[in-house]
Amino acid sequence: MLNTKISKEDLERISGVNTRKCMKCGKCSATCPNFDAMDYHPHQFIDMVDKGNIAPLLESKAIWTCLSCMACLQRCPRSVEPAKLIEAVRLAVVRQQGENRLAAEDIPELLDEDLPQQAIVSAFRKYKK
Amino acid sequence: MKYSYYPGCTLKTKAKELNNYAIRSAAALGIEMEEVENWQCCGGVYTASTDEIATKLSSVRALAQARDKGQDLLTLCSACHNVIKRTNNEILNNEDFSMKVNNYMGSDMQYHGETKVVHYLEMLRDVVGFDTLKSKVVNPLKNKKIAAYYGCLLLRPGEVMAMDDPENPQIMEDFIKAIGATPVIFAQRNECCGGYQTLNDKSIAQSRSEKVVSSAVKQGADCIITACPLCRYNLEANAVTELPVIYFTELLAQALGVKEVQ
Ligand code: SF4
Ligand code: SF4
Repeated sequence: MLNTKISKEDLERISGVNTRKCMKCGKCSATCPNFDAMDYHPHQFIDMVDKGNIAPLLESKAIWTCLSCMACLQRCPRSVEPAKLIEAVRLAVVRQQGENRLAAEDIPELLDEDLPQQAIVSAFRKYKK
Repeated sequence: MKYSYYPGCTLKTKAKELNNYAIRSAAALGIEMEEVENWQCCGGVYTASTDEIATKLSSVRALAQARDKGQDLLTLCSACHNVIKRTNNEILNNEDFSMKVNNYMGSDMQYHGETKVVHYLEMLRDVVGFDTLKSKVVNPLKNKKIAAYYGCLLLRPGEVMAMDDPENPQIMEDFIKAIGATPVIFAQRNECCGGYQTLNDKSIAQSRSEKVVSSAVKQGADCIITACPLCRYNLEANAVTELPVIYFTELLAQALGVKEVQ
């Protein structure tokens, strides 16, 4: 069972993000190249964590589909760095027992001949503890 | 000039060409790349949270070994470069993180950010110099229109990576000019290809890589160059539009006349 009692303080500590710095301009979400594949967008992560509305984020699709491309982090005019907060929410999930997104057993059937090792190690780093 | 060199997992396996052409070209330019002994995989993606310590130790060990030799640490794969440079930056700027890292390190391997991390492209620009490189080209790649794909890892976060302007970079275009070809600027050159989604949600990797490749085709590119094996794989395997994707070191070796093994 996913523990949804993750606090704003936990997430701010893990990520180093201060949600109060956000001026709600929406630029992070406007520049996100993966907008369509995310059910919650970077500005919503900032806003919802700020308000303590964290459970929906822990169960979101977006923590898995975020590309970790840092476009939102680079282009935020207030250096809020939303990508770091999204990563912290993902970590708050995969650090729990039984909540890995990817298992070593899943890998063989995902392999193709040209797939670089980098794809596998980075998937483990993002989706597994 | 001699560097400590960190190849990383993929350059020893699926991306051998990226590695081999780099070493051969460097030699032709008077640069020696001495591989870090017993290097370990960097993990392929940097975890920004400062309470992730163990996942960063492989980078710290490579950094400490370069320091002990009095050499800068040369990287080539975009992902390794991003992970190692950001780890180094965190050690320099976050005392608490640095202390925790050093608690894991042997007493003879304490590390405080002394090493300079240099990407191969930066070495070409800042140490060799693009003018010198140009003068050493024996097979200029005339009439070739090349799209330089930066992706996200070489440039961001801009303040930390400090390779170039993160929104309007020119280092790879200058490289293309130095080897005698024509650079093609395209809108998606510093937008993510979605490579990290390859094993999680292929449809995302497909739609992102298609956007990148079609953007380059639209501007009339003959090929795309990259420094990242995952970008290369993703742009080739997951985009519908077809365009050759080549490691920049392959074109470098070709221009310098060292592509074929003597
Ligand atoms: S890091 Fe994630 S949220 Fe931020 S721009 Fe990239 S895909 Fe969007
Ligand atoms: S770009 Fe920065 S300031 Fe603007 S909404 Fe996003 S996090 Fe807030």
